[in-house]
Amino acid sequence: MSDTQIDIALTVNGEPVSERVDARKTLVDFLRDDLGLTGSHIGCEQGFCGACTVRVDGEIVRGCLMLAAQCDGATVETIEGLSDSGEIADLQKAFAERNALQCGYCTPGMITAAQDLLQRGGVPSRDEIREHLSGNYCRCTGYHAIVDAVEAVAEARAGGRK
Amino acid sequence: MKPAPFAYKKARTLDEAMALLGGQPDARLLAGGQSLIAGLNMRLSAPSLLIDINGIAGLDGIALKDGKVEIAALTRYAAAERSDIIAKHAPLIARALPHIGHVAIRNRGTLGGSLAYADPAAELPACLLALDGEVEATGPKGKRSIKAVDFFKGLFETALRPDEILTALRLPAAGKDSRVGFAELARRHGDYAMVGLAASARAAGKGLADVRLAYFGVGATAVRAKKAEAALEKSDVEAAVAALDLDPPDDVQATGATKKHLAGVLLRRVAQQLMEAA
Ligand SMILES: Cc1cc2nc3c(=O)[nH]c(=O)nc-3n(C[C@H](O)[C@H](O)[C@H](O)COP(=O)(O)OP(=O)(O)OC[C@H]3O[C@@H](n4cnc5c(N)ncnc54)[C@H](O)[C@@H]3O)c2cc1C
Ligand code: FES
Ligand code: FES
Repeated sequence: MSDTQIDIALTVNGEPVSERVDARKTLVDFLRDDLGLTGSHIGCEQGFCGACTVRVDGEIVRGCLMLAAQCDGATVETIEGLSDSGEIADLQKAFAERNALQCGYCTPGMITAAQDLLQRGGVPSRDEIREHLSGNYCRCTGYHAIVDAVEAVAEARAGGRK
Repeated sequence: MKPAPFAYKKARTLDEAMALLGGQPDARLLAGGQSLIAGLNMRLSAPSLLIDINGIAGLDGIALKDGKVEIAALTRYAAAERSDIIAKHAPLIARALPHIGHVAIRNRGTLGGSLAYADPAAELPACLLALDGEVEATGPKGKRSIKAVDFFKGLFETALRPDEILTALRLPAAGKDSRVGFAELARRHGDYAMVGLAASARAAGKGLADVRLAYFGVGATAVRAKKAEAALEKSDVEAAVAALDLDPPDDVQATGATKKHLAGVLLRRVAQQLMEAA
């Protein structure tokens, strides 16, 4: 019996996936290396930067602080899935229009976290947006444009201007 | 960096987890993983076996029992934030939760994990101390309760035995005359605090009684500032600040002298919170 290799069956972006993984493999490494889903990035592997943010069973988590082995039976959604479904099309557009990305390294995690907030409905205040994105680091934009983009989408979704 | 190899077992029951824990000397329990996996990624530790307790039924949940709020160990911060019982009967915990990490961390991190990990700058151990709460430890010989004051032994060190699992924490439910206060200073929202203060008291006439001030980020464990507590019971905030008997060491966040100054700043803020409703 070897418990260093674990068989897992899960759903990733709507598709069933069955794989044998090293027990020590993190979820984000599994997504990138085994499934080729390289939209989830790796910054710190310490939980600080948020570049690896993905959705597991509907909640955002750090892909670097969960093991792939823990995801047996789980539903995982990555930026690729959110993008393909059209769920974040307006956020993507607003990020591009408002220069809310430069190098783009933080963007998949940033948009995944922003969508988590916007899904709750209503128009969050700028402070609430900042608080919700506080675990996602951006080394380029200075955050202002990111908050602008998220706020604009919140207003648009609520039926406000633009 | 990536973790050194280890084996992984998902325990289905508490008994199974205890048997696995007793069977291997360097096995570790995996709760929320928000401290443990970060440490494994850095190879700060290299256990041979991780025992995942996330699948054990009944190890999470919040209940009001005999005047106490009982929180099962695997309850996640995010679930506690949504709990009406916490909001109503454990207001100090409700105030502290938003300061812990970020949304994605709070979706996974557990209250039991925070206490077992015993980070000196963590919010919850200080709350437990301020509320005179206790933890429940379950081992091969059964359950025992350990008061907060006896539980936190040192830097990342608790009274849990190697074969014990922390299964719950219990706090006295807040009553009509309960008062709580909470404040912390961190460089960025969600960071561990440079200095923090969790406090509880009882309203007595125009003043306060049974004041408990638990500072965190000022030493190896959360500590009470007993001289300042006595001064606050006499409603003298400035005397309480002057009486602060803390001697925080320098760390990467700030010098001891800065921390001591900030402890006074926090005390004024928290004293106001305690007295506001009194
Ligand atoms: C970016 C970031 C920011 C953070 N900021 C804060 C913060 O501001 N304040 C704060 O308090 N914390 C913070 N944390 C840490 C977080 O709160 C952790 O969730 C917590 O310290 C540990 O809980 P866990 O459930 O994740 O435990 P794990 O990481 O799974 O375990 C931690 C340790 O406790 C042991 N353990 C866990 N559960 C039990 C149990 N039931 N019985 C016995 N032993 C057990 C494990 O074996 C391990 O040794 C942060 C973490 C990150 C990544
Ligand atoms: S890589 Fe996961 S938080 Fe930085
Ligand atoms: S756009 Fe470069 S890190 Fe955010």
